[in-house]
Amino acid sequence: MAIFLTADSKVIVQGMTGSEGMKHTQRMLRSGTAIVGGVNPRKAGTEVEFEGDTTVPVFGTVAEAIEATGADVSVIFVPAAFTKAAAVEAIDAGIPLAVVITEGVAVKDTAEFFNYAQAKGGTRIIGPNCPGLISPGASNAGIIPADISGSGRIGLVSKSGTLTYQMMYELRDFGFSTGVGIGGDPIIGTTHIDCLEAFENDPDTDAIVMIGEIGGDAEERAAAYIKDHVTKPVVGYVAGFTAPEGKTMGHAGAIVSGSSGTAQAKKEALEAAGVKVGKTPSETADLMREIMQGLAG
Amino acid sequence: MDLFEYQARDVFEKHGVPVLAGAVASTPEEARAAAERIGVASGGVTVVKAQVKAGGRGKAGGVKVAKTADEAEEHARAILGMDIKGHTVHEVMVAQGAQIDEEYYFSILLDRANRTYLAMCSKEGGMDIEQLAVERPEALARIAVDPNTGIDAAKAREIVEAAGFDAETAAKIEPVLQTLWTVYREEDATLVEVNPLVKTAAGDIVALDGKVSLDENAFFRQPEHAALEDNSETDPLEIAAREKDLNYVKLDGSVGIIGNGAGLVMSTLDVVAYAGEEFGGQKPANFLDIGGGASAEVMANGLHIILSDPQVKAVFVNVFGGITACDAVANGIVGALDSLGDEEDRPLVVRLDGNNVEEGRRILQERDHPRVIIEPTMDGAARKAAELASQN
Repeated sequence: MAIFLTADSKVIVQGMTGSEGMKHTQRMLRSGTAIVGGVNPRKAGTEVEFEGDTTVPVFGTVAEAIEATGADVSVIFVPAAFTKAAAVEAIDAGIPLAVVITEGVAVKDTAEFFNYAQAKGGTRIIGPNCPGLISPGASNAGIIPADISGSGRIGLVSKSGTLTYQMMYELRDFGFSTGVGIGGDPIIGTTHIDCLEAFENDPDTDAIVMIGEIGGDAEERAAAYIKDHVTKPVVGYVAGFTAPEGKTMGHAGAIVSGSSGTAQAKKEALEAAGVKVGKTPSETADLMREIMQGLAG
Repeated sequence: MDLFEYQARDVFEKHGVPVLAGAVASTPEEARAAAERIGVASGGVTVVKAQVKAGGRGKAGGVKVAKTADEAEEHARAILGMDIKGHTVHEVMVAQGAQIDEEYYFSILLDRANRTYLAMCSKEGGMDIEQLAVERPEALARIAVDPNTGIDAAKAREIVEAAGFDAETAAKIEPVLQTLWTVYREEDATLVEVNPLVKTAAGDIVALDGKVSLDENAFFRQPEHAALEDNSETDPLEIAAREKDLNYVKLDGSVGIIGNGAGLVMSTLDVVAYAGEEFGGQKPANFLDIGGGASAEVMANGLHIILSDPQVKAVFVNVFGGITACDAVANGIVGALDSLGDEEDRPLVVRLDGNNVEEGRRILQERDHPRVIIEPTMDGAARKAAELASQN
């Protein structure tokens, strides 16, 4: 069944007609995603052709796209300066899931559209600055390469895109129910905890890999959540043990400030909650492999 | 990006936050001239303050009261060039003196956990706020601020009431908090902190010392912010990398690192340090993320930056191609090595996986460069790179 995204999901793409939007819409289509429309007010009423004789209609607004197609997921590829407006439009149209891929969004914009979505109550936001999510074999909303791993019974939640790919690759022999890249910005829509809760409730997920990194205390809070609410086995990985204090490591949210946000503190919190934490991505994959073999036996 | 105190003062003034007169000086003579000008309003008294992005300036002797312009010059001479927690003082701010009756604390910051903003306020300012939060948390009011409604009159009242101000003082502080919210919103700040916010003997509320952090992702709509950037303490390689749009952080180890994606590169640093324990404590020399969909040119630029660090004894290229194509990475490596020629003799350990990996490996194998070593796994490659760095 997977979480947040299934074979029944009808996906639209905001910013589909831009170069990134076109490239990734093609990739999403190739991996079997039901892309039912694009949104661009200047190209409303046209159609875009993709390989394999697939055409995708372009709508003027998200509301029109939902009205015409019953879309329930929007993937947002519009440039950072316009991302807030695109997200607000999707929220106003009542889309249940908005996946914001765009990187470099001002934190004020994210804070505003996330809280706007919370107030409206009808839209889950994933991202921004994230690779999106994939339920292998069913649907792919974002930029995670679909050929890394097939479907299986591991759930994955990660702040990092490439570590998501790495982990899916390491565990491709088992496969994944859903992999969610939640992004590494200081403010993000969907958190580790949201995904842990969904995986715990998903009958098609047997075990969970959680990937975190320095900055903030999301991993510590996730650890507390796991201790109280998660019965399925969880393995963890945290990146950034060697990051110096006060330096932003690529992701805007990846920064150790004083003594807070360190990888060591996150690892200790996870271990205290009974989560096995690997020293390297491969070691983490091995820990998960043992668990999956144990469950199979 | 964190601002210096004098920059924060200027930003406050621009938005109408009450501040004292102040001017920045980089020589004792400039400090003297500033004190002559600014001291007029305060009976000749000024305060000379070291401009460094670190706390504890007062304890380190970086803040001194001057009764005359002569004294201000003298203090500036003593403070300029000082080292405060590893930061060299290049500038001082000469600020107008004031009679202070009470010191308070106020800040607005990101609340990452709740994904809102948080206002913190206390009647007990001037001290280390982290210490106050631990020792007497009840003295520090914490009020959530909705990013879409901000600090209006009602929210300002809620904050001062929670902090426990008397009615008279509260009435004076409330409008200042609203103005500080304007600073936070209009400037795309991620932190606005006033410590202390003071009540003067005359009963005025003044922001005496401010700390402001700005969101670099908002620079596109904040044309004035780029000029506030200070590169005096930035590593020259970091500046060179930024000019090439590369995300690079200089560290002090011996293994140069290039990878794609912030998380994978952070992880690569850790895995190298972990493997390096076996080889005399080899550590990563840098963080360098070439980003998603990097071209051969970006890869080559990255290698050039890393190899211009003399501390680097071996390089580890770790790429998992999602959007990034491994053939482009391989072409970038080959191109960079060709342009560097035979004088460059440091080894390069390469681990490629993902998008177009066969083609990437084929390009490297075909070129058969004597210093390029292809390793199949990340952990194995990290070991190899650490080992080679220990031998060079």
